[in-house]
Amino acid sequence: MKKIEAIIKPFKLEEVKDALGELGIEGMTVSEVKGFGRQKGHTEIYRGSEYTVDFLPKIKVEMVLPEDRVETAVKAIVSSAKTGKIGDGKIFILPIDEAIRIRTEEKGDKAV
Amino acid sequence: MKRNYIALLIVCLLATLPRLVLAQEDPAAAVEAVAAAVEEAEAPPITAADALFTAHNLWMMIAAALVFIMHLGFACLESGLVRAKNTTNILFKNTMVVCIGILTYCICGFNLMYPEFEDGGHGWLQFSGFGLSSPDVGMTAAYAAGYTYWTDFLFQAMFAATAATIVSGAVAERIKLSSFLVFSTIFVAISYPITGSWKWGLGWLNTLGFYDFAGSTLVHSVGGWGALAGVIILGPRVGKYVNGKIRPILGHSMPLATIGVFLLWLGWFGFNGGSVLSADPGLVSLTLVTTCLAAAAGGVGAMTLAWSLLKKPDLSMALNGVLAGLVGITAGADQMLPMSAILIGFIAGGIVVVSVLVCDKVKLDDPVGAISVHLVCGIWGTLAVGIFGAKAGFSQLIAQLIGIGAIGAFTFIFAFALFLGIKAVMGLRVSEDEEREGLDVREHGNEAYPTFQPVPEV
Repeated sequence: MKKIEAIIKPFKLEEVKDALGELGIEGMTVSEVKGFGRQKGHTEIYRGSEYTVDFLPKIKVEMVLPEDRVETAVKAIVSSAKTGKIGDGKIFILPIDEAIRIRTEEKGDKAV
Repeated sequence: MKRNYIALLIVCLLATLPRLVLAQEDPAAAVEAVAAAVEEAEAPPITAADALFTAHNLWMMIAAALVFIMHLGFACLESGLVRAKNTTNILFKNTMVVCIGILTYCICGFNLMYPEFEDGGHGWLQFSGFGLSSPDVGMTAAYAAGYTYWTDFLFQAMFAATAATIVSGAVAERIKLSSFLVFSTIFVAISYPITGSWKWGLGWLNTLGFYDFAGSTLVHSVGGWGALAGVIILGPRVGKYVNGKIRPILGHSMPLATIGVFLLWLGWFGFNGGSVLSADPGLVSLTLVTTCLAAAAGGVGAMTLAWSLLKKPDLSMALNGVLAGLVGITAGADQMLPMSAILIGFIAGGIVVVSVLVCDKVKLDDPVGAISVHLVCGIWGTLAVGIFGAKAGFSQLIAQLIGIGAIGAFTFIFAFALFLGIKAVMGLRVSEDEEREGLDVREHGNEAYPTFQPVPEV
């Protein structure tokens, strides 16, 4: 099993969810995050004083999949989340030791 | 008239007939019923003067309610412009200040502000007793053409509370709650009524010819001087001025701030409209027009200047501009023609933007712009009475300056000394740790916007 963590632009969430749904991947966890990479922030002004907005809003999508589904899932995320402009985000793949479904206490691939 | 009496008498008798018929066993009750009917029929008719007094008083009571709603306006505006972690604290201060203001005004403020100085004299301090008690003519036009004694008290009490609440925004996010409550109580109970008595209480400033229709000086700049004293002694918020740079601290809710300003504008219908002290159609309608024109011009003036100076249209500046226009017209709303009202408001809108920028430049940290809106534009509005409108003239301008100076000196020194005294006795500012964590949790024990439930659900 592997965990996929994808940081994407917020307005791309619906597209990414639909693209994964077409592959039969129905489970994921999303959170609103802020971050930056090479997409620099910009300067704003409030009541006459300047400040830099470094952290930009993003969405983090997390899911755990059996290893054989990871490649197709990553391709789907990349094609649906890409705009070609700076700030599109990143995908990370992590190893998973174990997964347990709480309701049935199933383990491993059966749990994801 | 006589035919009406007879008709009334007949109707009353007919109305009591069923009782007369059914109560044959109780002749005494029947006689009483007829006597009551006769007395009713002989009651004096309502005169046109009575009806007029009722209309005047009704408008004044509505005006009192409108000024009251300004406290909701202040609560929304101030909480919108501070950070989420201090919201409960600011709301608490706003809630308590109006309560304290009304109570102290009842206990001593009203009679300190209207102590029955000799009209035309040079009174500056007098007290006509604790508590409220209506004179015999208190419910009639003999007391005042436009309102009863009780209406008089309530309308003025709402003004007092308004002056006190101006300070809470300027000292937000770092003042100790208990210290603030002590300051507000003494400030609204003693300082506000004394300076108010000099003009509205028919004291020496009134004799001098100083003019302040609805309180640009008496209410707004008084609050502003208190705010200034507080801001100087408190010092800026942690992290506001760092290494020679001014770091913005963003308000957490622009919707709340906007709601607040519109509620304040609504309240001003009563604040200025009621200061006519009657429902005089000509004066009240003119006052409402000048008030609204100045508010509108203030918004546009602030937007214009802020947008051109600061590259982007800042909502909080535009909101401050509307208030600046309102404060600016308040001293002379009944004296101005539309064009003057627009000019006064537009200039106030520009002044407030400059003042906000200057305050930050000289390290006066004022989270909501209270000093800029109420003190600086309060002074502008008071001076405007000598520059525009029916009273414009050099001698009026001098009278205005004297009033501004005298009330300014008294109020600022009073507030400054009071803040210093409170600081020495009980401390004025929260600790740096508490300020960083937010006053909601440390001072009040509850967050305005709890995220994870602090108390577990069962």
